[in-house]
Order: sequence, then structure tokens, then C-alpha cells
Amino acid sequence: MSEGHSTYTPKTGIGRWVDARMPLPRLVYDSFVAYPVPRNLNYAWTFGGILALMLGAQMLTGIVLAMHYAADSSLAFDSVEKIMRDVNSGWLLRYLHSNGASFFFVAVYIHIFRGLYYGSYKAPRELLWILGCIIYLLMMATGFMGYVLPWGQMSFWGATVITGFFSAIPLVGEWIQQLLLGGFAVDNPTLNRFFSLHYLLPFMIAGVVVLHIWALHVVGQSNPTGIEVKSKTDTVAFTPYATIKDAFGMLVFLFIFAYFVFYLPNFLGHPDNYVVADPLKTPAHIVPEWYFLPFYAILRAITFNIGPINSKLGGVLAMFGSIAMLFLVPWLDTSKVRSAVYRPWYKLFFWLFVIDAVLLGWLGSQPAEGSYVFMAQMATLFYFAFFLVVLPVLGLIETPRRLPNSITEAVLEKNKGGGGGHPARATAAPETKG
Amino acid sequence: MSATDIQDPNRRDFLYVATGMAAVVGAGAVAWPFIDQMRPDASTLALASVEVDVSSLTPGTSLVVKWRGKPVVVRNRTEQEMKDGEAVNLAELKDPLARNANLPADAPATDANRTMPGKEAWMVMVQVCTHLGCIPLGQEGEFGGWFCPCHGSTYDTAGRVRGGPAPENMSVPVFQFISDTKIRIG
Repeated sequence: MSEGHSTYTPKTGIGRWVDARMPLPRLVYDSFVAYPVPRNLNYAWTFGGILALMLGAQMLTGIVLAMHYAADSSLAFDSVEKIMRDVNSGWLLRYLHSNGASFFFVAVYIHIFRGLYYGSYKAPRELLWILGCIIYLLMMATGFMGYVLPWGQMSFWGATVITGFFSAIPLVGEWIQQLLLGGFAVDNPTLNRFFSLHYLLPFMIAGVVVLHIWALHVVGQSNPTGIEVKSKTDTVAFTPYATIKDAFGMLVFLFIFAYFVFYLPNFLGHPDNYVVADPLKTPAHIVPEWYFLPFYAILRAITFNIGPINSKLGGVLAMFGSIAMLFLVPWLDTSKVRSAVYRPWYKLFFWLFVIDAVLLGWLGSQPAEGSYVFMAQMATLFYFAFFLVVLPVLGLIETPRRLPNSITEAVLEKNKGGGGGHPARATAAPETKG
Repeated sequence: MSATDIQDPNRRDFLYVATGMAAVVGAGAVAWPFIDQMRPDASTLALASVEVDVSSLTPGTSLVVKWRGKPVVVRNRTEQEMKDGEAVNLAELKDPLARNANLPADAPATDANRTMPGKEAWMVMVQVCTHLGCIPLGQEGEFGGWFCPCHGSTYDTAGRVRGGPAPENMSVPVFQFISDTKIRIG
């Protein structure tokens, strides 16, 4: 679990000299080599490492792209085309960066759903979960501002719509919106500040990631059974077991990423963003990047006034509320059992929630008319019901399955060939040799 | 704290409070320029008014000019459009206010209040949807006025919201006819 006694012993004279002065090698050894992890972690647990890799990759490609990009509304679109056509390997770097953002979100969504499925947010991991939610918020801000930089039609109108959210706030809304835009509409000042912040925020994410890992290493990893580590036999050393598993997961992930970069580079983008921004013409259909679509559907689902709250403010509140739900999850879930493996009803509702989130995403990509509006309203209702009704109530009325006494017992039971178990855990047991 | 035989409040307490106050006021004074620089700058504000020649507009035509980075439509309405606008029962309107910067804020949204006295044919309006800022398309939608393709808000021939998520009528900017064929906006 938490850092026990450090077992690091420097072997060389230089090693001992450094260790006595600034024990960074000791910190690395204790955190990433000797650090004990539960022996039953499955591949869902490799996404933390994958996310760290994607953050690093995005920063690297981003810094290089910034050397060729011009943050000026009259130059931005052309400078991106210049990167695509003239800059050596520029097309590759840009496609790595734009698809990298999408795959960053693919990984973070799997990471979040893994946390929800296995109850990773429950005590004592509430702060760990909240730090993760903050990282997710920062990622959304970064992704949004990055999408504005190519200064295409979707960039411009996406920025107009999203900064328009703030004008829904009573009294100070308009002032805040002008503060964000630096004018009365999206224009050059907006592009400049978005570029500056798009460059800054990843470093802030990196800072919160350090806190996230720190919190993780204090409380230790959760695991598919949701049972805390009780003895040394429940764990294996981070290196080589978790290191090699993470590395393998990263490689498979990178293969799929590379397939998109080389064969479907614009699949996740929008053709309208290859048309230069025109402040006088709105595209027929404004859609945000795919990873915002579920929230966009929730925004548009509120077409009616609720008492003193008009439909515009209501939509904005529902959208921000849908993200705020995540922050509250540790206190909304009343069940003492962490893992959905031992919670038959929660497992069902979890998968319904996944389907609901995907459905909302699809609805967000459709025009807001006819039956789509009603479907989005129903899906939004279920989204909030999952957090505000299902999570609190299920913990009180559900009878969980019998929990094994320890991680070791759960692993040995399964290796005896007892029970099919969950497909995701088919590969769960690491080599028992160790 | 440590010195027990010194009378309260002592010199240390004074220094403690004074330093704290100076730090708070100083932090606020330093923070303000960093927030203030985000606001629209002088060059943006300088573009606050434009003049438009509308001599080419025959009834049923419109033109769009850019004012403060936003499109402003000037439309010479047809007889039918004006009649449609006047025929609307005010009780049916989602937003009962005129949203006309040339009139008091509580003026009702009559067709006349959306235009200038004596120039009722002329609609001058910021053509930006009051929902989330898209540009509605002219002479489309159920009410023959404007239709926003983003989230489906509809406006009538006087630019008043009639359906969809938009909360307000499109705004009429400060403007005046400086001659029969020229309008100054802003």
C-alpha cells in the first residue's frame, strides 16, 4: 500500500553521493520499481500510464507545431495549411497532435468508466478521484481552445457558441463573455489569448497529474475485486509486472492511434474546419469535437423554461451540472462494496449508463429537431437519474454477492477454474510465479 | 503570543495586521491589471460606429454590415412583412420587450417599437441569435423572419423570437438616419 520502508540501496559511489544530497533516484525507485501494486490488476488499469504517455506526446507535438503556427486571425488558417504542405513532416506532426487529442479523450473516458465500474472513487480515494476530475476539466478547456486555433469555420463558431454559454449567467454574464473574448465577438484578441492558454494549460495538467499520482501512491491502487491489499502476497512489484503490462497496453493503444493518424486522419474532425472562419456566415450545422457531444446534447435538451430559469440558462446549468455530477460521485454512491463485479444491479445500471452516454453523444451530432430533441431529453433524464437516484438508492437496497476474503483468495479461486467471471478479467491474473 | 507580560494589543499585533492588510490590498491592486487587460481594448472599442449607405435597398432586400465584429442586418421590409409583424398578438411573444437600444428598456415589443418612428419599413438589427450567438438565416423559418440553423430558434419579420431555445428578441442597436439614404449604427 502506502510507501513502506524504502528498500533503495545505491550501488555506486556517485549514487550514494547523490542519495545523501537530493534523493531523486530513491523517489523514482520507490515509486516506479519497488512500489507494490495489487496482483490482479487487469488491462483497464493500464490507461493511467497511457494517459501520461498521451500528455507527453501532445506536449511534444504541440511545442513543435507552435514553432510554425501564427496566432493571428489573418494568418492562422494559412499557417496551418503551410504546416500541412510546406513544413517538413508537418502533416504528420499536425495529424499526430489533432488525433492525439482525440485519443487522449478515448483513454480518459475508458479511465473514468473503469473508475466508475470498479468503484475506485470510494474512501479513501475521494481526493484522488476529484484530482482526476480537475484534470478532465483542464483537458476539456485545452481541447476546446486547441480546436479554435486552426481558425476554420468550426473553430470560429464553436468558440462563439461555447463562450456564449457565459452570457447566460445573470447580471455579470455579458461582462464575463467580453472578458473571455476581448471584444464583442470572437476575433483576433480571442485567438491570441486562446493560443496563450492552450500552451499553458497542459503544464497545469502535468502539475495536477503529479498530485494525482501522489494521492494514488498514498492510498495505493484499487483493483478489480475492490478489496484493499491486506498482505504482501496480494501485491507484486511495479517493475517488472505493472511496467511491462503498461508498456504492452501502450503499444496496442499506439497501434490503433497510428492507424487513425495514417489512414483516417480526418475521420474524427469536421470538413467545415477546412473552410476559413467567416464571422458573417454560420455553418448549417455546428457540432463540437466528438468528445464534447454528450454534453452538447444535454445543453440542447433543455428547450423549456423552468420557473425563473429560462431555457438558455437551464441548458447551460444542465451541461455544467452533468460534469459536476462526477465530482460528487464519492458521496452519491452509498454502497460499501466497491467493485461492480460483486454488485449485480449496479453492474446492470453501469452498462445502461455507458449506453446512455454513447446515445447522448450520437444525439449531440444530430440536428436539434423532431424526435431527436425528445430522445435527448429522455437520455438527459437518465443521465442525472443515474447519479442522483440510482447511485444513492442502489447502495441501500442492493444485496451484493459474497466478497472473497482477500485479493489472493480471489485470484486463486479463479485460477482453479471456478466460474467464468467477467470477460474483462480474463487476462486479469498476472503470472503467479512471482 | 510569546511575550506574556506585554500589554495587548502590542506592537507585534499592529505589525501583523498592517502587513496582512498591505499584502491583501497589494495583491488586489496587482491582480486588477491582469484581469483588466482581458477586456475589449481601445482599438476594438474605437470601431464602435459605422455608416451605411442604404440607397440601393428596394423593399424586400437587405444588406449586412459588420459592426463590433458582429453582423448587423439592414432590411427594407415589404408591405406584407410589416403587416405580419403588426398582426402579432403581444401576449404570444416569448420575450415581451422591444430590446431596442433607442428606446427605454421596458418598451413593449410592438412592431413599431422594433423600428424607428416614420421609418417602420426599416429593420436594423444585430443579426445574432440570442441563444448562443450563431447567425440566423434571413427570410426563412415558420414566421417568415429569421431561422437559426444551430439550435432551431425562429424569429418573425420584426426579429422577435417565436420558437426554439433563444430567450430574447434579436437586439436593435443604437442607430439613426443621418439622411434618407444613410444610417449610422452605434
